[in-house]
Parts: sequence; C-alpha cells; structure tokens
Amino acid sequence: MSTTRPSTRPAEAPQTPPPTPPDEPPTASGEGGGGFSRRRLLGFAGAGVALAGAGAGIGFAAGASSGGEPARDGVVPFRGRHQAGIVTPAQDRMHFVSLDLTSTDRAEVQRLFQKWTAAAERMTAGLETSENGAVGLNPYSPPADTGEALGLPAASLTLTLGLGASFFAKLGMADERPPALIDLPAFTGDQLDPNRSGGDLCIQACSDDPQVGVHAIRNLVRIGFGTTAVRWSQLGFGRTSSTSTAQATPRNLFGFKDGTNNLKAEEPQEIDQHVWVEPGDGPDWMTGGSYLVARRIRMHIETWDRTSLQEQEQIVGRTKGEGNPLSGQKEFDVANLAAQGADGTPAIPVDAHIRLAAAESLNGVKILRRGYNFVDGSDGSGHLDAGLFFVAFVRNPETQFVPMQRALANKDKMMEYLEHNGSALFACPPGLADGGYWAQSLFT
Amino acid sequence: MSRSTRRSAAVLLTAGTAALVLAGCTSTAQPAAPAGGDAAGGPITVNATDATCEVSSAEAPAGNISFAIRNSGTKVTEFYLYGTGDRIMGEVENIGPGLSRNLIVEVPDGGAYTTACKPGMVGDGIRNAFTVTGTATRSVDTNAKLAEATAGYKRYVASQVEALVPKTQEFVDAVKAGKVDEAKALFPVSRTYWERIEPVAESFGDLDPKMDGREDDEREPGVGFTGFHRLEKDLWVDGLAPDSAAVADQLMVDMKDLQTRVAPLEFTPVQLANGAKELLDEVATGKIEGEEDRYSHTDLWDFKANIDGSQGAIAALRPVIDDKDPQLGPTLDQRFAAVDALLDKYREGDGYKSYLTLTEEDKKSMAAAVDALGEPISQVAGVVTS
Repeated sequence: MSTTRPSTRPAEAPQTPPPTPPDEPPTASGEGGGGFSRRRLLGFAGAGVALAGAGAGIGFAAGASSGGEPARDGVVPFRGRHQAGIVTPAQDRMHFVSLDLTSTDRAEVQRLFQKWTAAAERMTAGLETSENGAVGLNPYSPPADTGEALGLPAASLTLTLGLGASFFAKLGMADERPPALIDLPAFTGDQLDPNRSGGDLCIQACSDDPQVGVHAIRNLVRIGFGTTAVRWSQLGFGRTSSTSTAQATPRNLFGFKDGTNNLKAEEPQEIDQHVWVEPGDGPDWMTGGSYLVARRIRMHIETWDRTSLQEQEQIVGRTKGEGNPLSGQKEFDVANLAAQGADGTPAIPVDAHIRLAAAESLNGVKILRRGYNFVDGSDGSGHLDAGLFFVAFVRNPETQFVPMQRALANKDKMMEYLEHNGSALFACPPGLADGGYWAQSLFT
Repeated sequence: MSRSTRRSAAVLLTAGTAALVLAGCTSTAQPAAPAGGDAAGGPITVNATDATCEVSSAEAPAGNISFAIRNSGTKVTEFYLYGTGDRIMGEVENIGPGLSRNLIVEVPDGGAYTTACKPGMVGDGIRNAFTVTGTATRSVDTNAKLAEATAGYKRYVASQVEALVPKTQEFVDAVKAGKVDEAKALFPVSRTYWERIEPVAESFGDLDPKMDGREDDEREPGVGFTGFHRLEKDLWVDGLAPDSAAVADQLMVDMKDLQTRVAPLEFTPVQLANGAKELLDEVATGKIEGEEDRYSHTDLWDFKANIDGSQGAIAALRPVIDDKDPQLGPTLDQRFAAVDALLDKYREGDGYKSYLTLTEEDKKSMAAAVDALGEPISQVAGVVTS
C-alpha cells in the first residue's frame, strides 16, 4: 500500500467509483456500522492527495508524508491504486494461504471475491467480518465471525489477493492469463513438495499481531468453503525484510541482517520500475498489480550453527554484527563487488550470496522482498523445521526472479544449507477503487 | 415401531395435522383415510426388480397417494417418493425378495416428484418422474410447516429404526452361527441404518457406549468392550471369541431397547437442523479419518449413511428453509450432489471400497466436499428459527 508515497502522478487521484457490485452480500454494506463511515473516509486514502485530507480527521495519516511508520491506530488503508501488503512497511507477522478452486463457475468465484472484499475490508479496519458477527446474531446460528480477534486492534492488518496460473485454466479464462504469469522453471536443488506448492489463488495476511492475521485467514477460508479449499498455508513469525527506510533491518534465522539492500517504499521510481505492472505490460486488468513469488526455504540451521563465523560471513558476503558488506564499513555502504582484500582475492567472494543477488550481477534486476521467518515445529529427526518463507513482489517474474534464482541455485555457497521445498507464483491484481472488489478488473 | 403406534399415527392422518407416511406389511397397514392411486381408484402398483422399477402410473392427484410395491427381484429393495431436493415424501425400507409392501404418502402440493426403487438399498436408485396434479387443502403457516417438518423427520427416524432392528438381527444371527463372511457382509448394511439416525441413536447415554463404543474408550472397572465395534474387531482381527455370541445377544437386546425409547421421541426444528450438522461433523471427524470402522474399513458405507441422514433431516425442513432463505435450499442441493458424486467414485458392488484404498488426495477431496456442505448446513438452524 502506498500510504507513504508522495503523490507523483495524476493517475493516483480518486477515480469515479464504479457501481456497487450487483450481488454484494448483506455483510458488504455495513450500513450504520462502524465499517461504513470508516470505509468512506478511507476511500482512496492510499493516494497521497486524498490521504492528506481524509486522514487528518481519523488519525492514521501520521506517517503519510514522512516515512513508513505504521498508522497510529494500526489501520492500513485497504483500498488504493495498489493492493495493500506489498509496499506497506512489512508487519511483524504473516499467515499465508494458498487455495484451490472447487468450482469452475466464474460467477460464483466473482461472488466469493465480493464477499471476501467486504469481510477483508472490515477486518483490516479492526472490525468483525460482519456487523455484530461474533456474538450479536441469532444464537441458533454459528457466529458469522469466529471471534478470536474481538478486542484486538487492527494491528496493521493487510490482506493481499493473488491468482495462480491454474486459476485461469480452471475458469476457462486462458486468454486473461498474463504472459508474465509463467510456470516457474525447475531450479537446481529444488526439492519441491506438491503439498506446499502452487495453488489457484492465495491470500497473504500480514499484521503486527499473529492472532489478527490468523483470524483473517481463518474467516476468509470459511467464507470460501464450497468455492475454494485450502491447498497449503504458512505462518511466519518475524519479518526478514524492511520495505521502508523507517524500519530497522531484521535478522533471518541464520542470524544475519536480511533485506538491507531491499527496494524501499521511499523509492517510488524504483518501485514503479521493478514492482508494479505498468500500462502496456499487459494484460490491461493487471495494470497496477504485481507478481508474488513464494518459496518455502527450509534452512538446515543445525549444520549452519556449526559453521565458523568467518565462513558464515564469507557465504553471506556481509558481517554478522553490523551487516556491512565485506567491502565496506557500515550496513548501508554500497557493496563494491570489485573490491579486493589484502591477499588480492575479491573482498566479497565470487560465490557469496550478496554478490550473486546484486543488481549489478543481474543486469540491474531488483525485487521487493517481503519474507518471514518460520519454525514449524520439528521434523522426525530432531531438527527444527525452520527457515525463510521467501515472498517477493516483482513486475515480471521471468525477467526478475528467474535469473536471480537461477544464479543463486547454481552458484550460491549458501545453497548447501538451504532446501527449497515449496514454490508458487501468483498475479496480484491492482488495488481496489471505492466500491470495487478484489480482481474486479478481471471480471468486468 | 409397534402396531399400536402405527394406528395412532393413522388417526393423526385423518386429522390432517401432518403429511403422513405409512409403511408396513400389506396385511396390516390399512389406510385410515381414502387414498388416491391410479385412475381406477386402486393403489399405484410398483414392480421392483434388480434392474427395473415399473410404476403403473406416472401421475396422481394431490392428497393421499397409495403405492403397492412388490419386490420381484433377488435383492432387498427400497421405494421412495422424492420431492424437490430429494426431500423424502415417503419411503419403504427393507423390502425383501418376494415381499409386498404398501405406502401411503400425503402430497398436498402438485408438481414434479420422483419415484425410486433401490435394489441392494444403495445408490440413487432407479428413478422415474412422477407428477402430482392439483393442490390439496392444508395449512401453510410457518408453525404448521415446522410441525410437518418435525413429524416428517420422526417418520424418517421410525422408518430407519424399522429396518435397523431386523438388519441387526440378521447380523447378530450370523455372528452367533459363526458365519464370519456373512456377518462381515451384514455389518456395514446394519450400520447404515444406525448411521443415518446417529444423532438420535447415540442420544441415550447408557446405550451408546455399549452399542457403538470404541475399544479405547474409558470405561468403568468391570465394563467390557461390547457392541458393533467389538464384533467388528472379532470378525476382522481376532476371530470370534467364546463371548462373541453373548456380545451379539446383548447388542440385540440394546437395539430393541433403543427402538422402544425412540418411538415416543418428539423433535424440534432446531434438533433437526443440529442433527443434520452433527452428521456432517461425524463424517469430518470419524469417517474421513477412518476412525470409526478401524478394523473393517467400511467407513465409506457409514460416510454415505451419515450424508443420507443429514439430507433426510434437511429435506424435512426444506419447505421452511425455502420460505425463509430461497438461496439456501439450492445451495444445499448442489453441495449434497457434489458429495454424492464424489462417493459414487468409490462404489463397489452394492457398497463401497475399503477405506484403505483411499489416497491422501482422495481424503482431501472428501474433506473439501464435506467442508463445502457443512457451512450451509450450519446455517439451517438459524434460518428456520429466524
């Protein structure tokens, strides 16, 4: 979400809201409830101009012009030119779910997206899925909202929808499948588990409170029963990237700062160049969207932990403490790939992770990383099932993610300690205009 | 269901307070009110064979419609008259080869209906369209419809118990005669009737642990593992034991006790709705996991029976559901049909494949179909009480 971006383009001004979807479910309107007024105020708040006016009254605009601090009341605007949860300053927690369609009826899927939108918008505002949904309805009915987020704040919840290649095949919409939504090639060393890979669609929930994110996914999954079924899901407990200069760089489970050189929300031109689908990229319905690459990367942390500090730093290409590149002194010093050590060898080894992933090694390719640490208990061998749930947003996976991952898979010394066992690629539609619903541009 | 109960039910029919179905032997169950049938005024005859279901007339005027069903095939059969959404308007269960049974169904509304014979008592049966013409007078307010719904479900339960008792007897007899293969074949058949009405059958806290308990259930000291699943273990795993016959006898005693206790039960609409939901829960937690029939692996029979029973309760409530939420009924139809279509893939003979043949992918598809059905079913109680 572009809450922190200056308004640089007229295209970001509010557009005429499209009509309310004809089949909007009863929960969608929120007439008279807290959702209505808040939604109206938010409107196109994601666009800088609108934000300045609308935000002043309700207090979430604190960081609007100056950086990536989450809003004071923890509400990230749900609507805007782009979906929230992409350039939104990375929250602390994630619950990610991949779903398969159990219906091939396009209208039914469209109705589900309308229902999801209504519930998602309310939840991102810190509300129940529907008014009084948890305890205030018919006592003979199961509560419409499952209730575990009652009393919790919005916690910067963002919900981001993505569509997989199989979505278009199942719904007979092959013509709408974006050419950039490729089938990812096999990479050296991949050990992909089909039960952790792929999916017709995905929802990424990120929040600063784990229970808020879990509540959101749980309720959306429930609303989807009959039209969608969960294929796999992943919890992440700590962000491994900064997506804003206002955030400190977090550490991954190897103990290293991760995402130092990530794209940042404060670099709008870079974001436009590398993250958002631009007009002409095609298809039109994706303009303003982005592609989400998800990789479940198991880390063999037990063997890593037996590796000397020096070797760890050589593998990464940075120091473990400060996080400076081995060619420099400070974390944010630009890595000098040509620098040599006293012995005449490259200061940053030829097989170091940051060298291989650097834009200058990859013809200028950059990606927006937004991954999370995970520990899913332990495996049967007494080792932690731990790692990095890698999430990246790119404008074109084929020209950005694929060459980067190919280089890492073939040459990165770190691969000895990694196992990619899940993989998926999704097309995230553009943001929602006032009154619109998820992926509306695809259906209309 | 005892004869005296049946007679008092017939009195109810004359009073017109409920759509009533009578199922019984030809010689004993006479209609207490005039019943329409074919053009000549006699009952509509149904000749059921293993492959055909010949109904002498495809049309009847609204009101009480009388069917005379003769099973001239070699398999035990059933006969149904279905309304929209496979709502059971009337049914006769467990018609043995060579036997005849009568069925009187009150059908107050004209429209499209379906007759079905089910040789082998499985599947959708051999179906024929059946048209009811005109409209019979009746009360249409919600309370009357709810009363009709609960009365209809009571009849459904009664019809299942009426088949459950003799089928259990056959199973028990086979066990006691040491006919292991026959007993194994009868085990899932008798359980079908149990599983269809499980929320009712298991409602007696003293009987259920004795009849349907699992080996690992906690019991009072001195109380043994008995009932269906004990016999299941004997038949499939341990071989018949010296006390197997006694366990079988006790199961039959308990079954007759159950029959007596079920007969006077009255149900509320919320109980019907919750029962339909509980049956889905049973499927989700017991059958898809293979927990229930862990020795015989006949879980898919029970799965189907739970679904049938859930559909029976929903069908009874259907007129009320349609009044209150016109979207819900069609959704339920579609989701029930999806589950049935899925289960059909695992058909084998008159029954179902072993649970052991299911792949993880199969189980996942089943779970998704049951989740899809469970959500709208969970809305029914709220809808009918709104």
